[in-house]
Amino acid sequence: MYKIIKKKVLNPTVTLMEIDAPMVARKAEPGQFIILRTDENGERIPLTIADYNREKGTITIIFQVVGATTEILNHFEEGDSLHDFAGPLGRATNTEGKKKVAVVGGGVGCAIAYPVVKKFHEQGAEVHTIIGFRNNELVILEDEFKENSSKMILMTDDGSSGTKGLVTDALKKLIESGEEYDEVITIGPLIMMKYVCQLTRNYDIKTIASMNPIMIDGTGMCGGCRLTVGGKTQFACVDGPEFDGHKIDFDEAIARSATYKPFERMIHDDICKLYEAEVI
Amino acid sequence: MAANMSLIKNEMPAQKAEIRNKNFKEVTLGYVKEQAIDEAKRCLNCKNRLCVTGCPVQIDIPAFIKEAAEGNFEAAYQIIVKASSLPAVCGRVCPQESQCESKCVRGIKGEAVAIGRLERFVADYHNANSVDKAARPLTNGHKVAVIGSGPSGLACAGDLAKKGYQVTVFEALHLAGGVLVYGIPEFRLPKAIVQKEIDTLKDLGVEIQTNIVIGKTISIDELMNEYGYEAVFIGSGAGLPNFMNIEGENLKGVYSANEFLTRINLMKAYMDNGMTPIQKGQKVAVIGGGNVAMDAARCAKRLGAEVSIIYRRTEKELPARLEEVEHAKEEGIQFLFLTNPIKINGNEDGWVNSVICQKMTLGEPDASGRQKPIPIENSEFLVEADCVIMSIGTSPNPLIKDTTDGLATHKWGGIITEEATGLTSRKGVYAGGDAVTGAATVILAMGAGKNAAAAMDLYISGIEV
Ligand SMILES: Cc1cc2nc3c(=O)[nH]c(=O)nc-3n(C[C@H](O)[C@H](O)[C@H](O)COP(=O)(O)OP(=O)(O)OC[C@H]3O[C@@H](n4cnc5c(N)ncnc54)[C@H](O)[C@@H]3O)c2cc1C
Ligand SMILES: Cc1cc2nc3c(=O)[nH]c(=O)nc-3n(C[C@H](O)[C@H](O)[C@H](O)COP(=O)(O)OP(=O)(O)OC[C@H]3O[C@@H](n4cnc5c(N)ncnc54)[C@H](O)[C@@H]3O)c2cc1C
Ligand code: SF4
Ligand code: SF4
Ligand code: FES
Repeated sequence: MYKIIKKKVLNPTVTLMEIDAPMVARKAEPGQFIILRTDENGERIPLTIADYNREKGTITIIFQVVGATTEILNHFEEGDSLHDFAGPLGRATNTEGKKKVAVVGGGVGCAIAYPVVKKFHEQGAEVHTIIGFRNNELVILEDEFKENSSKMILMTDDGSSGTKGLVTDALKKLIESGEEYDEVITIGPLIMMKYVCQLTRNYDIKTIASMNPIMIDGTGMCGGCRLTVGGKTQFACVDGPEFDGHKIDFDEAIARSATYKPFERMIHDDICKLYEAEVI
Repeated sequence: MAANMSLIKNEMPAQKAEIRNKNFKEVTLGYVKEQAIDEAKRCLNCKNRLCVTGCPVQIDIPAFIKEAAEGNFEAAYQIIVKASSLPAVCGRVCPQESQCESKCVRGIKGEAVAIGRLERFVADYHNANSVDKAARPLTNGHKVAVIGSGPSGLACAGDLAKKGYQVTVFEALHLAGGVLVYGIPEFRLPKAIVQKEIDTLKDLGVEIQTNIVIGKTISIDELMNEYGYEAVFIGSGAGLPNFMNIEGENLKGVYSANEFLTRINLMKAYMDNGMTPIQKGQKVAVIGGGNVAMDAARCAKRLGAEVSIIYRRTEKELPARLEEVEHAKEEGIQFLFLTNPIKINGNEDGWVNSVICQKMTLGEPDASGRQKPIPIENSEFLVEADCVIMSIGTSPNPLIKDTTDGLATHKWGGIITEEATGLTSRKGVYAGGDAVTGAATVILAMGAGKNAAAAMDLYISGIEV
């Protein structure tokens, strides 16, 4: 069992938890993820390692409530325990030798981007961070990003915080103003990553996208997480989750991510009803 | 005792096909005592013991059947477990028709003795009637690690624990059992049987740590250098699914058999309270002809689909167990033989809607001795399907190879070992089962685990001297 040491609500749909998982904490690196199950009959869901503390033996996760399992998880409190917690899975971000990078995060993807930004910063790289959210209410980790970036740009769809517009607008502006990046790293909704990659392709800037397809085992056993990269099938859980963004077939990934939409909606509604019933 | 000279086996009681193809309960119900005794009496207790030569772990078949014929089922059980750690499992899933029973002299004229069914009966009888818990052996103070909790790992752990070793099994998934829990469905191998085997190991003092991915959470070097394990057994299986690399394989609705079966078996997607989704196809096409294909097809059937199995050779070459093929047919699964998919088509939403297939013919025998399937030109035809399950084999997962320096493997991924002992190119590191042979059978994996356990014991005691 894996105890929840800390729980913090970051915004109405995004929650941070620090979990006691010493075996995972020993090895965790930015870019890697874990797979958890809340309880005995639970689904296996992957979440990125947002932070880790090797001495304390803890892993921080930041998740957005989007469906049944994240809803259930969000009802867990400090002191409760998760049934399963396996990791660290996937390959770590390759930060070596990069002097200047732009990290582009969107929505809850910013939680995934944070440890990457931090690691680049700690290595002395110049990091320009662009984070985008729908509105002011949803902004997370603003201070943390500021602290670890040489330049931080906050974008919102409606302009309620930072600059109004898309992350791609901000990135384009930086590039056009003459900033030269060794690499752009993008993490967020598939559609956002697709447009970031389209943009950087025009400027021929190497771009890494962190993919989040549907997963089960996370060990390369089911092939459910497969995507096409450079015309070849790759398993995101073991070959990724980060890939060369200019080679990813985003349209296929977007289609595949919708496989269980109707089922998910149904289960989520049931779970919500269950919690409502408990409240009454 | 009068021998039973009937030419045919006692029939296995089973759920009716049209009922069982809608539920996940076990298909075959097992002999009752009288049937078991009657069947056991068909054995001639031959001097030559040909049947034994057909069993990969050389169970003393005539001896256990003799006890069974006299109603001494516990004595029969004790004979079997000298050679096998998983009789309730192997009695159910061994391909008996190509192993023990293929050699039985009664098979020359009539049907072979139903060795597998008897083995199952004896094991089930023991499990139902024996109350004693396995006594925990005195510890010998040595620590060994087992990677993977499939049949090879379980057998290895059990034998070492019985010798007093402190054994830890590391399993990547949240549940122990390997393919026995995530692959083979409940209706063929009830999960309670696997759980019972695991509980027995725990009684013996084996510690099972789930959620540990060796190569990620801990490496083999760390196990040996930091955690103090004196020897390691790798029983990580061959879980990496192969695809055909044809167009359309990544459409929605195309699964690897591993994914489809894992969702259903491990994640219980077929149960009402299952949280993990599974697509309930209307028309399912399963590509392949092994046990895995049969299992996927029969699961899809139970979820309500019309199911076809597409196989490039003929019925004769189907690698699946005979009983599974028969059961699949009875349950209403269609077979398209001498057929190979060449492209998967999808609709505008990215969902699969059909498979373009090609007719095949059999040519000259290939390296495996089987006739090679050759495509017939201009024979393309369409098979409608809203779900396609690729079941064309698996290979060993590279995770351990990639994270263990000096561990020699074949090009195709299998770990290279010394055949009799399972010793790898690394001192103190042994391996067995599908990780070494590629996808094979439960009994071979189990046997490899036992052999390695014996070798590991010698290795560790040798150091002591
Ligand atoms: C490597 C990786 C890292 C991730 N990191 C984070 C993170 O740090 N924070 C975060 O909020 N989310 C993260 N996700 C996404 C997260 O796994 C899903 O939001 C979660 O599984 C949704 O589960 P649910 O039951 O609540 O929602 P559902 O209603 O089941 O699904 C909602 C959405 O999540 C996707 N999804 C559902 N099940 C899975 C699954 N098993 N694997 C992947 N996606 C799934 C669906 O396609 C759908 O778009 C990550 C995904 C991957 C693959
Ligand atoms: C659907 C299906 C049906 C089958 N039907 C039959 C049948 O009827 N009869 C028959 O004889 N055989 C059958 N087989 C084959 C048989 O199940 C296998 O040959 C056998 O299970 C192999 O045993 P194993 O111990 O080598 O590996 P597995 O059973 O594959 O177990 C390996 C275990 O190791 C774990 N693991 C892998 N990597 C790591 C890691 N890095 N760290 C920690 N743990 C790890 C895996 O999660 C898994 O639990 C079938 C196989 C399948 C898939
Ligand atoms: S273990 Fe398998 S091959 Fe050996 S006797 Fe039993 S059923 Fe036959
Ligand atoms: S070969 Fe057949 S009849 Fe002879 S001992 Fe073996 S099982 Fe009995
Ligand atoms: S999640 Fe199963 S192979 Fe990647």
